[in-house]
Amino acid sequence: MKITLKVWRQKNGKDSGRFETYQLNHVSEDMSFLEMFDVLNEQLITENKEPVAFDHDCREGICGMCSMYINGRAHGPWEGTTTCQLHMRAFNDGDTIVVEPWRSAAFPVLKDLMVDRSAFDRIMAVGGFVSVNTGNAVDANSTLIPKEDADNAFSAAACIGCGACVATCKNSSAMLFVSAKVSQLALLPQGQVERKDRVRKMVAQMDAEGFGSCTNTGACEAECPKGISIANIARMNREYLGAAILPGN
Amino acid sequence: MSKISQLFNSSIGQKVIMSLTGLFLCSFLVIHMIGNLQLFKGDSGMAFNTYAVFMTTNPLIKTTSYLLYASILYHAVKGLWLAARNRKARPVKYAMSQANANSHWTSRNMGVLGTMILVFIVVHMSDFWAEYKFGHIPYTKYTTNILTGELTSEAMPTDYVQSKKLEEYMVGTDTKVVIVKDLYKEVSEEFQNIGLVLLYLVAMFAVSFHLYHGFQSAFQSLGIAYDNYKGIIKAIGIWGFAILIPAGFAAMPLYFYFFKS
Repeated sequence: MKITLKVWRQKNGKDSGRFETYQLNHVSEDMSFLEMFDVLNEQLITENKEPVAFDHDCREGICGMCSMYINGRAHGPWEGTTTCQLHMRAFNDGDTIVVEPWRSAAFPVLKDLMVDRSAFDRIMAVGGFVSVNTGNAVDANSTLIPKEDADNAFSAAACIGCGACVATCKNSSAMLFVSAKVSQLALLPQGQVERKDRVRKMVAQMDAEGFGSCTNTGACEAECPKGISIANIARMNREYLGAAILPGN
Repeated sequence: MSKISQLFNSSIGQKVIMSLTGLFLCSFLVIHMIGNLQLFKGDSGMAFNTYAVFMTTNPLIKTTSYLLYASILYHAVKGLWLAARNRKARPVKYAMSQANANSHWTSRNMGVLGTMILVFIVVHMSDFWAEYKFGHIPYTKYTTNILTGELTSEAMPTDYVQSKKLEEYMVGTDTKVVIVKDLYKEVSEEFQNIGLVLLYLVAMFAVSFHLYHGFQSAFQSLGIAYDNYKGIIKAIGIWGFAILIPAGFAAMPLYFYFFKS
């Protein structure tokens, strides 16, 4: 396959950035999108040019690092897929592919396609955890959890924090991410101790980071590589209202 | 910061107020629609004009109407403010974006649709509400024979005024007389203007698209979009608020333009 790539190049956070066009003449349709970028970078290195910086880690679709906005969609055209699991057979010979970094005030570009997603870490740090007793481990089966709650918590826990929801949302809202984390813990008995405090703090931190607010377009859910449902956002709204109005911490 | 003030300053709290004001405005549309159906009654506007007096004099309704005006203002101003703030959350736009692949266009254009509706509300209220309240609308005398049901109407002289908005009395034992400001006539004259009729039609499309997303979205923001109710909320949003209500309102200018000229 012959592929023309229009890739966003930006030296650092202060650089204003621009698109560069590259031609790749021997792309296999069995390559993953990131492998195609590896080929591009080898080509750039042999030409004595600066390779394209992009985030990647596991290349198995579970770490959430590979953030690329491909042809106007987070993680490219396939549903429920991270960039590393997107394969070149999704494209046609002769295609031009536009690749941009996540765009959000809360995710500043570090270099080329890499963005700083530590805003998510700070949201997690204020409340995305549970208190546990030290000492001997309790028998796991001694805590009963309704099947439906366990399933919903597990589905929410599938969130890999990739930031595609923020990248896709017209408001750069982080509600899908935060609601997945809030839901995962609020649904389980282990998460009850900090339940109200958690949702208040995580939402306050989310707002402080400069994410936009949710207008329920549903774009995040459609583009989420892990299929996190916006039912979680409704649950977080409920949790937050409850935490603000009902007594107790 | 107290928990309540934290709530109102948070992105979620602001969305909750947008939802509540929005749903309140939706409930108003239902009442407004049902009341205005009296325009189609074919009684030269007697029922509609009497209803207009009731709506502008009943203390409960008057109080609710001030709450309504406040809600419209809050919903509009806060909505535009939130839209502006949300735009700032993405200072550098994408060179290429395929938003249609993941969301409905109405959900992405609530600010534009809402602005169209706000402009319409200003025109609509200056046409009828301000005209009724501050302008000079002539009176009409309706005479009904309560035995035969026969109804005649007769325009009062333009300089006629009365202290009460509605004069109602019997002549003899079988003739009822009602003298009331003829808002119906005002409506029927205004809607002879094709430009105004078209403006109303465009505005009703804006209402339809705004509520197609807005009604369902309000329940999601309030956190009550449980799977159990999702279907019914969606059905009411689409069939009731995006189709039936705008179509009913759009029928009014069309009725006067085509059948009452």
